[in-house]
Amino acid sequence: MKILVCISKTPDTTTKIAFTDGGTQLDTNNVQYIMNPYDEWYALVRALELKEANGGSVTIINVGPAENDQVIRKGLAIGADGAVRIDANPKSALYVAKQIAAYAKKEAYDMVLLGKESIDYNGSEVGAMLAELLDQPFISYASKLEMNGSTASISRDIEGGTELVEVDTPFVLSASKGLAEQRIPNMRGIMMAKRKPLKVEDAIPADDLSVTVSFDLPPAKSAVKLVDPEDMTELVRLLHEEAKVI
Amino acid sequence: MVLVFAESQKGVFKKTALEAVHYGHKTAEILGSSCAAITLGPVENADILGQYGASKVYNVADAQLSGLDSQVYAAVIAAAAEQLGASLIIVSHTSTGKSLLGRLAARLDAGSVSGVNQLPTNDGSFKVKKNVFSGKAIAEYELTSDMKVLSLMGNSLKPAVVGADVAPEALDIAVPASRLTVKEVNTVEGTVPLPEAELVVSAGRGMKGPENWGIIDEMADILNATTACSRPVADVGWRPHHEHVGQTGIAIRPNLYIAIGISGAIQHLAGVNSSKTIVVINKDPEAPFFKAADYGVVGDLFDVVPRLNEALRAFKG
Ligand SMILES: Cc1cc2nc3c(=O)[nH]c(=O)nc-3n(C[C@H](O)[C@H](O)[C@H](O)COP(=O)(O)OP(=O)(O)OC[C@H]3O[C@@H](n4cnc5c(N)ncnc54)[C@H](O)[C@@H]3O)c2cc1C
Ligand SMILES: Nc1ncnc2c1ncn2[C@@H]1O[C@H](COP(=O)(O)O)[C@@H](O)[C@H]1O
Repeated sequence: MKILVCISKTPDTTTKIAFTDGGTQLDTNNVQYIMNPYDEWYALVRALELKEANGGSVTIINVGPAENDQVIRKGLAIGADGAVRIDANPKSALYVAKQIAAYAKKEAYDMVLLGKESIDYNGSEVGAMLAELLDQPFISYASKLEMNGSTASISRDIEGGTELVEVDTPFVLSASKGLAEQRIPNMRGIMMAKRKPLKVEDAIPADDLSVTVSFDLPPAKSAVKLVDPEDMTELVRLLHEEAKVI
Repeated sequence: MVLVFAESQKGVFKKTALEAVHYGHKTAEILGSSCAAITLGPVENADILGQYGASKVYNVADAQLSGLDSQVYAAVIAAAAEQLGASLIIVSHTSTGKSLLGRLAARLDAGSVSGVNQLPTNDGSFKVKKNVFSGKAIAEYELTSDMKVLSLMGNSLKPAVVGADVAPEALDIAVPASRLTVKEVNTVEGTVPLPEAELVVSAGRGMKGPENWGIIDEMADILNATTACSRPVADVGWRPHHEHVGQTGIAIRPNLYIAIGISGAIQHLAGVNSSKTIVVINKDPEAPFFKAADYGVVGDLFDVVPRLNEALRAFKG
């Protein structure tokens, strides 16, 4: 089974977000970068489990600049066999999807796994775009993936519940919590990662049709109004008359 | 023209569909254009979309379209957009809508923004905003392509009645065969799904155990609210996984979020901090959630919640 896993680099959730240059650029000082959790914990680990059970290979791919190699090496340390970095600045989802599609088309993967969303721009866009560009089915928010020959049995999260679907390879799938259990790279993995191939490829030309032009911080929350725990009638009044939500 | 996909389930519109149509209507006004809605599969009352601002309503009634396969949907909606000459497509930011957005953008080579929560501006260039960094910032996007696609975050605007019923017209579009089989759909019946809920009652580890959830269900019943929970509560199986909100669960923005016995860790806040009004009930005055709250009650939930339920019941009469 030949699997491609898309990984992105995002600021850690606990990062304090600030902007520079008149609110047009993310202030990268003090930003702690990590591999996007959905890619690392779920998509990559499930791909490795499938390879361990059925044979094959797991390749990770990232669209980004050279400084992303550190995150890519972590993916290799967790167990991916090889990595590809498309050398470009990932400015929009469609741009990224076009780069990955161009590479994936050459390799004929049985499946491409992604995270359900990147935790920075919370787009949830790349997976569906990639599926469309590859003309393949897309199963989003998968929390279970079992293979039986070339047929996948997948449980995906939908509003208020789950849906069980079956699909034949090749397909594109985005991972949500539950698909696998996080793996911590061990010393051997880290040593081996240094010797694994990390190919750098040129980007194909593509336009950015959607770009961020400015950022704002949400309006500061006014201080919490404390209500006497003995007087819940007052809370109900406030919710009705002041907040007007009930 | 602005084309809005009005999502239905088992022939009935989702609330988010009406929001999307109304958003489409208002956006068309900003652009000096008109708004049409499209429905897929058999739908009971497509006429009502006219009330929320669609001047035309189109339907592709093929029964194959009752299963939600984004690949099939995207092919049909893209064909409709081309046939009708639409330059902006709006879908709801639901599990289906999100997949559609990406597929449509790739298929039509369109600029896209997912999860927008405000109307666009159009002063020479088309710009629209959404929350990013899990609600810690707001980003403004500019779309430069002729064709554009947006998905609308639930509860971003109230669908108002602005017009009259419009009789749907059938569109003749070939429907490709689906390549996936839906074997089973397991959803809770009778409650509003979390992403669409206006009122949410949520509880965390402070509840001590699943046997104590009676008071939470009771509050949800009185308010006709949907229940949610923090991650550890879903992880240990006290509550079903689909109730889990936060960074690894789902992100919601109800009008009212009542958090009971939840500390307010940053990963939890990531999923709920765009709620319009937040009430926190916690016995620890230092709980971080109070910093994100509009109203706070410092006290033991096992005393406070029954008291609040009583007050709510009295208010509801
Ligand atoms: C990468 C990552 C992702 C995560 N994603 C999520 C996510 O998506 N969603 C999520 O919720 N969490 C998530 N978490 C976990 C998160 O960090 C917190 O651990 C979790 O939210 C805590 O849940 P809690 O508030 O229910 O429990 P606790 O932190 O244990 O808080 C319980 C609260 O109840 C209060 N309490 C106790 N007894 C009473 C009483 N009798 N009356 C009133 N108050 C009482 C306590 O004062 C305390 O504040 C994530 C963590 C990581 C590392
Ligand atoms: N620059 C990138 N390189 C490789 N994969 C990416 C990149 N950006 C996003 N992805 C993948 O697409 C998924 C969804 O991202 P997004 O659409 O940005 O929310 C992520 O979880 C990754 O798996």
